[in-house]
Amino acid sequence: MPGYEQSMSKSMRVDLALIAGMVKPHARVLDIGCSDGTLIEHLFRNLGCDARGLELEMDAVTQAVSHGLPVMQGDADTDLATYPDGAFDYVVLSRTLQAVERPREVLRQMLRIGTHAIVSFPNFGHWTLRLQLLLNGRMPMTKTWSRMWYETPNIHPCTIQDFFRLCAAEGYVVEDWLAADEDGARAPWRRFPALANLFGEQGLFLLKKA
Amino acid sequence: MDQPFPETLHESIDFPDGLALDCGRRLRSLTIAYRVYGLLNAARSNAILVCHALTGDQYVAETNPETGKPGWWDRVVGPGQPVDTDKFAVICANVLGGCMGTTGPRSPHDDRPDEPWGTDFPPVTINDMVRAQKRLIDHLGISRLFAVVGGSMGGMQTLAWAAMYPDHVFAAVPVAACAYHSAQNIAFHEIGRQAIAADPAFHNGRYWAKGVTPERGLAVARMTAHITYVSEAALTRKFGRKLQDAATLSELGDRFEVESYLQYQGSSFVRRFDANSYLTMTRAMDLFDLAAPHETGLAGAFAGSKTRFLLVSFSSDWLFPTAQSRAIAWALNAVAANVSFVEVKSDKGHDAFLLDEPDFHRTLAGFIAGCAEHAGL
Repeated sequence: MPGYEQSMSKSMRVDLALIAGMVKPHARVLDIGCSDGTLIEHLFRNLGCDARGLELEMDAVTQAVSHGLPVMQGDADTDLATYPDGAFDYVVLSRTLQAVERPREVLRQMLRIGTHAIVSFPNFGHWTLRLQLLLNGRMPMTKTWSRMWYETPNIHPCTIQDFFRLCAAEGYVVEDWLAADEDGARAPWRRFPALANLFGEQGLFLLKKA
Repeated sequence: MDQPFPETLHESIDFPDGLALDCGRRLRSLTIAYRVYGLLNAARSNAILVCHALTGDQYVAETNPETGKPGWWDRVVGPGQPVDTDKFAVICANVLGGCMGTTGPRSPHDDRPDEPWGTDFPPVTINDMVRAQKRLIDHLGISRLFAVVGGSMGGMQTLAWAAMYPDHVFAAVPVAACAYHSAQNIAFHEIGRQAIAADPAFHNGRYWAKGVTPERGLAVARMTAHITYVSEAALTRKFGRKLQDAATLSELGDRFEVESYLQYQGSSFVRRFDANSYLTMTRAMDLFDLAAPHETGLAGAFAGSKTRFLLVSFSSDWLFPTAQSRAIAWALNAVAANVSFVEVKSDKGHDAFLLDEPDFHRTLAGFIAGCAEHAGL
């Protein structure tokens, strides 16, 4: 997903700042899909957190560890089960939920091993996607959703509304949420999920178990 | 061979009170041969212990006095290297049971000091090796090692250090390691031991009394082991089906290059290694099972550990495969330990940990730098 990654790196600071804003100082944090470890470095240096990472891509793991960050190679779908209950204050899953095999199980594991889960994902309910599907009758292609349906790793796309429903069904408390545009700037739809679902390019949620 | 064991004087220290062993016996005298590279700081907080592998020794980063070859890990340990001797005091000791100056089967028998232990040397374990190293570290006035680093059998010792002395190890780097020796690992070792025992020159382990060494048996043991240290891809890349001194296979007597390579590996080994040491140390590796004493399995070995871990495996290592390192990583996860884990892509097999692997060296350097920051070094 070269287009996606380019836009990510450009917006990294703002995007991560929103996540970091949900984390209390000195917390124990696990960042799933931590890439090169930018967020855990930020959390360690600026908030004094004990922040660790889990990352599937070996090149990113090597880069993170070479940078002195505690990151292990592993798969969110299988490896979260190896951590004990309540090992972390926050478990972060940034723009990865849509790419895991079993999103609901990953969320359950996150809220088993962590007191809080912070989840961000690209919103498939954004108006540009809806319009493309309506007008073209084909799978939408945008900067975020930039690969053909047959080769995208994003096998479980969802909308902000879908995610609210899943949280309700699973009994998770949404302590905080917001919608943001692609560059990570907070979008002003805080009180209105339906509008956020239409205009927010990504959703960011802070969850805990009821 | 005129002089199978050149008598080199190794720098060493004696511990006259000996060492109690896992087998229940006690060595009445203990000598540990070791080397230190770099300087200890005033707080003695910058020490890194390097643990050597089965056929390694304490000469990590300098010319080996017996073979004249460069230090076995001089790509990793040295000034400006990933384990930087400009910043850290790097200690390496010949393991208990070894043949490079530390107490082992070649050392004088406790009861009959005029002859060596030979096969009477008590069976030792990886944990015994670590206890011996702990004596040395205590003697050097080091209360906490900044790091313990080792590959293969050295990785076993590194894990044992972290499990036995968690408060004395700030960071641990087991490389190409495992938490227990598998049936396949034991099987290959047994071939080596049988080859040594079958050599008529072995004389039931009392070859020293006859002035001979079981060279052929030891060479076969080394040849078998060597195959397990390299990958099929590496052997193919290096040798393929190339012939020694011939362009095409013309006679059945022609030799393949890989054969003469293996024979060279075997013959160079017997000049520097004691057969009884080989038997003692392969057995120690076979006995290694970090999880065995713990009801909760491997995780139990690391319960409450504050040590920072870096596990490194190599993709083509089939002797200590990635799955073994991953199992250790999962066990460390289970106790919420701080663990980094990297599988380095390499086609060089188990031996990759000794060779030029930039990704490994970069990872190790970064991990140590990160830990140094956390340790306030």
